[in-house]
Amino acid sequence: MKAFFKYTWTEIKLYLREPIGAFFTLLFPLMMLFLFGSIYGNEPQEMFNGYGSVDVSVPAYTAMIIGTTGIMGINITMASYREQGILRRLRVSPLRPMVILSGQVVVIFLMTLLGMALLVVAGKLVYDMRFEGDLLAVTLAFILGSLSFFSLGFVMASVMPNARTAQVVGMAVLYPMLFLSGAGLPLEILPESLRNFSKFLPLTHVVTLLRGLWIGSSWADHTTEVWVLLGVLVLGIGISSLAFRWE
Amino acid sequence: MEPVIDVKNLYKSYGETRAVAGISFQVERGEIFGMVGPNGAGKTTTIECMEGLREGDRGEINVLGLDPINQERQLRPLLGIQLQEAHLPDNLKVWEALDMYASFYERHLDWEGLLNDLGLSEKRKTAFRKLSGGQKQRLFIALALLHDPELVFLDELTTGLDPRARRVIWDLVREVRQRGKTIFLTTHYMDEAENLCDRVAIIDRGKLVALDTPANLIQKLEINERVIFKSTEQDLSAMMKGLPGVVRVEQQGERTIVYGKSDGFGPIVTAVVNALTDGGISFRDLRTESPDLEDVFLSLTGRQLADQRSTA
Repeated sequence: MKAFFKYTWTEIKLYLREPIGAFFTLLFPLMMLFLFGSIYGNEPQEMFNGYGSVDVSVPAYTAMIIGTTGIMGINITMASYREQGILRRLRVSPLRPMVILSGQVVVIFLMTLLGMALLVVAGKLVYDMRFEGDLLAVTLAFILGSLSFFSLGFVMASVMPNARTAQVVGMAVLYPMLFLSGAGLPLEILPESLRNFSKFLPLTHVVTLLRGLWIGSSWADHTTEVWVLLGVLVLGIGISSLAFRWE
Repeated sequence: MEPVIDVKNLYKSYGETRAVAGISFQVERGEIFGMVGPNGAGKTTTIECMEGLREGDRGEINVLGLDPINQERQLRPLLGIQLQEAHLPDNLKVWEALDMYASFYERHLDWEGLLNDLGLSEKRKTAFRKLSGGQKQRLFIALALLHDPELVFLDELTTGLDPRARRVIWDLVREVRQRGKTIFLTTHYMDEAENLCDRVAIIDRGKLVALDTPANLIQKLEINERVIFKSTEQDLSAMMKGLPGVVRVEQQGERTIVYGKSDGFGPIVTAVVNALTDGGISFRDLRTESPDLEDVFLSLTGRQLADQRSTA
């Protein structure tokens, strides 16, 4: 247990020392919130069924952070740890592989959570954001979405030959997904054809689930999203545990 | 007593390339055992099989009475390992690395003292990426010794270090042995093997070509002494060849080189000097050279280790 805490704490410090990762997890979503908040404010809008831009953006940007930490954070960290031989050095210590992996998950989860907390606080204080959902439900949905995307990150990391490729592939996968899933821009402004396509993106389901629960809809309205994300999670764990490589 | 390492008939190939081709040896408790040979001889593959990082294609390996593949978990806390290619996260500070790795073991040494011994105290707050190659190497040695392991593997331990740092590390390795621990190291520096190791295994092209103490390996050479001198007298070959123990004589102008095996005859140099004095032959610049492990490698493989002699 001591090893787990020490390892996790060290990884947290390392995460915060890496400016790019910390920027995209913690600052960039806030910048988006302030940018669009200053343009549209948080007045009720017909397009959003009477909710304001900030009310729908905070859960959507939370999904954006989840996508970023899973597809960029986990993926690049694991690929570069493997490429550089950092995993190799860890492997010859008594630290168990499960501790290494769960430490990574805990760190990236805490960073994702911190990113979300900053959004919520800023939304509440600056734009008087509305929250009409059940806190427990939203928390569970947040955990489910996060874990599914982290497992995708591990799958990607296990097939990436090096950190450079992990970064390029990660960006190629993430950026279109951010725009087409409703995470970066509201789904409502996308044309019908693109909206049909966006159903095939796992991140869309995180956005829909979080936005729905945020304004008080029930789990029963979101069975599709829950099954899709659970499926991604199970497949992700299965594939990455088969494909995991130390070097 | 049971050997600390017991390797029997180890084979390992990568595709068509045969890295290790039937190696067997034993390492006893409390010795510094060196494996030497040129790059690509199979040293790292052998050490990685013993560390449980690779599985041999054939053969048996027993380390501290355990199987490195199937009993990896029991073995890990007992082994100290310095890998040839390893890395730490760029932004990890020296003290954080030691503090974190120390937490992985139930018992560990005072790492501040270890840092001090290795001359890294001033670097304790420095990030890994800002360390020089030699400092990184010393940090990895500190990580290998951190938990006072029973058996230490050091792969190319002083590559990239300056002569002073090398001597510091040699002293540290000897001190670890003094505490009753066993050290297995690989090196391509023959002087390192000769200075540091109790026994040396020479491997070439995946095969073990010799295994003994450095002194015995040298002693077993067909030629273990060279006497070189200059004289204006013409051709002394015939005279020198007649001396006991002399194997071969080379004449290069004024210079005569006498190759011999001193075993049982006393040093060749005594015979040479006596013969010259008795014959009233004047000579100058006389010196003797003893062979080293480099010569052992040359005589065993017919090849030079070439340019790999270190500067220490």
